[in-house]
Amino acid sequence: MSGYPGYDPKSGFEKWLDARLPIIRLGYDTFIFPTPRNLNYWWTFGGILAVILMSQIITGIILAMHYVPHVDLAFDSVQHIKRDVNFGWMLQPMHAVGASMMFLAVYIHMFRGIYYGSYKSPREVLWIVGVVIYLLMMATGFMGYVLPWGQMSFWGATVITNLFSAFPLIGESITQWLWGGFAVDDPTLNRFFSLHFVLPFAILGLVILHVWALHVPGNNNPTGVSVKNVDKDTLPFHPYYTVKDGFAIVVFLMVFVAFVFFMPDALNHPDNYIRANPLVTPPHIVPEWYYLPFYAMLRAVPNKLGGVITMFGAIAVLFVLPWLDTSKVRSMRYRPLAKLFFIIFVLACVGLGWAGAKSPTDLVFVTGTDAATGAPTGLSFLWFARILTLYYYAFFVVILPVLGLVEKPKDRPESIEKSVLKSAPKEA
Amino acid sequence: MAETVSTSSENPSRRDFIYIATGAAGVVGAGLYAWPLIDQMNPAADTKALSTTEVDLSSVEEGQQIIVKWQGKPVFVRHRTQKEIDEARAVDITTLRDPATDEQRLVVNGEGKYEPQYLIMIGICTHLGCVPIGNNAGDYDGWFCPCHGSHYDTAGRIRKGPAPKNLVLPPYQYLNDTLVKIG
Ligand code: HEM
Ligand code: FES
Repeated sequence: MSGYPGYDPKSGFEKWLDARLPIIRLGYDTFIFPTPRNLNYWWTFGGILAVILMSQIITGIILAMHYVPHVDLAFDSVQHIKRDVNFGWMLQPMHAVGASMMFLAVYIHMFRGIYYGSYKSPREVLWIVGVVIYLLMMATGFMGYVLPWGQMSFWGATVITNLFSAFPLIGESITQWLWGGFAVDDPTLNRFFSLHFVLPFAILGLVILHVWALHVPGNNNPTGVSVKNVDKDTLPFHPYYTVKDGFAIVVFLMVFVAFVFFMPDALNHPDNYIRANPLVTPPHIVPEWYYLPFYAMLRAVPNKLGGVITMFGAIAVLFVLPWLDTSKVRSMRYRPLAKLFFIIFVLACVGLGWAGAKSPTDLVFVTGTDAATGAPTGLSFLWFARILTLYYYAFFVVILPVLGLVEKPKDRPESIEKSVLKSAPKEA
Repeated sequence: MAETVSTSSENPSRRDFIYIATGAAGVVGAGLYAWPLIDQMNPAADTKALSTTEVDLSSVEEGQQIIVKWQGKPVFVRHRTQKEIDEARAVDITTLRDPATDEQRLVVNGEGKYEPQYLIMIGICTHLGCVPIGNNAGDYDGWFCPCHGSHYDTAGRIRKGPAPKNLVLPPYQYLNDTLVKIG
């Protein structure tokens, strides 16, 4: 442990404080933390997420200073922010685009976790806290999107709250309770604003638990091989990974600001610039891009309750993933079959997103024309979504459990150090 | 010390009782505290009070539909053509997902007669709450929901698509031949 001597208060004041509130020690232990020396850029997304969460909280508090949560005023108040408030033209897109960036980063972060087996023992709790954070992010993003009170805001809120009406007997009472009325209306908007304000702070609290649960077992790494010798296999987080993460954060922020400055509305839907109208549903309602795969699953099942269960189940299955995967080998680098199925899984998720954006009756590809009507025939997005939904579930409940038993993994490196220094001197 | 030990071993059930009683009181207290926090989200008294709307049916031309707002929800008031009524009555209701005769979709007026030309329904798709498009839309000449493709017939009965139920009828009554009170 020679590389990690621990915090040694130098000045009199530091010693005095350390005996009373060891807060500098906490910071020290957090940042001078043994980290595997072979982490690649897929490991930078946690830091990226932390930065965007802070940005969302700061811009959110600012927006809340100018926003008015009332059905008659909300839409105009967002326009007021964008047009009249000083720097509002920048702050509002920072928040709206920031939400998309946060989901982009979280999806990469989660796929990383699956590929490298980061959910496996001893990191199950770390993974589960992550899934809870993801759920809260979904709730926060959904309620935030309702606030500008455009057509998509209103109808998205209507469709999503109606999901709960699928439950037998209690369904109706639940939706009325969520609405505070008999339809989405002013009470709904007000409570969504209140919850949208507070949930990010709950997320922040969970992020602290997430990092705590990370610091007990330490980071996983691309080989999945556990740290055996702290001196040889790890580097202190600071300065090595503060610099690597910092570089990745700067690159990510460049993408972020490119959207904010040059295409602030690219990720929004034009219908959300139409004031909410409870009497007219837009012809084609779609959720935000980051919910599209789940929306496709909802529509893939012809039964209302069945669709809702399929959709929520897709997230619920993530909670038990650590116990579904039977393989002892963490990293899919050494699992040729798992790697193949993983790639198909990522494509299936993207495909589901595509299906969610399309009308179920549209065709993915055309194979011919209907003899009677002359209409083109082929694979509809409905069936496309059904096949992919099946694969999504099969990946977790069939493929991962079975593969662990039948697959023969490749040889793994003896240690993290050996994997980095391939031509390493024997023992220097 | 010896005394304490003997007390607790002599009267274990008394201690257990106090322990359980305290716990139970705590749980009841927590429940009593939690209920107002939960119930406040249910519709408020003034929201519930806004619950009736009157419609003058004579303002709706044959083949036309108007949408009125009741409790924040759209209500369809359709003046059906004879063709639509005939279509609705020609259906074998045993084939329906949510069986109902055309008359069960209507309400009698003050004289106990049906006014089959006026169909009044809550304009909310029973799938996930979108407002279906009217004026003979969809495969059954009635309403079509653009959100996930539910088709309703000329009596507002579900015929095709993911919605489980017919369009819901609001509570309403005829005040006279052409005036209706919804709610
Ligand atoms: C997890 C972090 C957060 C996410 C994912 C998120 C997401 C969103 C989204 C998607 C919108 C709609 C933007 C639009 O379409 O214009 C929004 C709006 C809003 N958010 Fe957040 N938000 C977060 C944190 C916060 C925080 C911490 C606050 C306040 C303390 C806040 C306050 C607001 C306000 C006032 C609006 C309405 C103004 C507008 O539409 O731009 N948000 N948020
Ligand atoms: S809301 Fe009408 S079909 Fe889904």
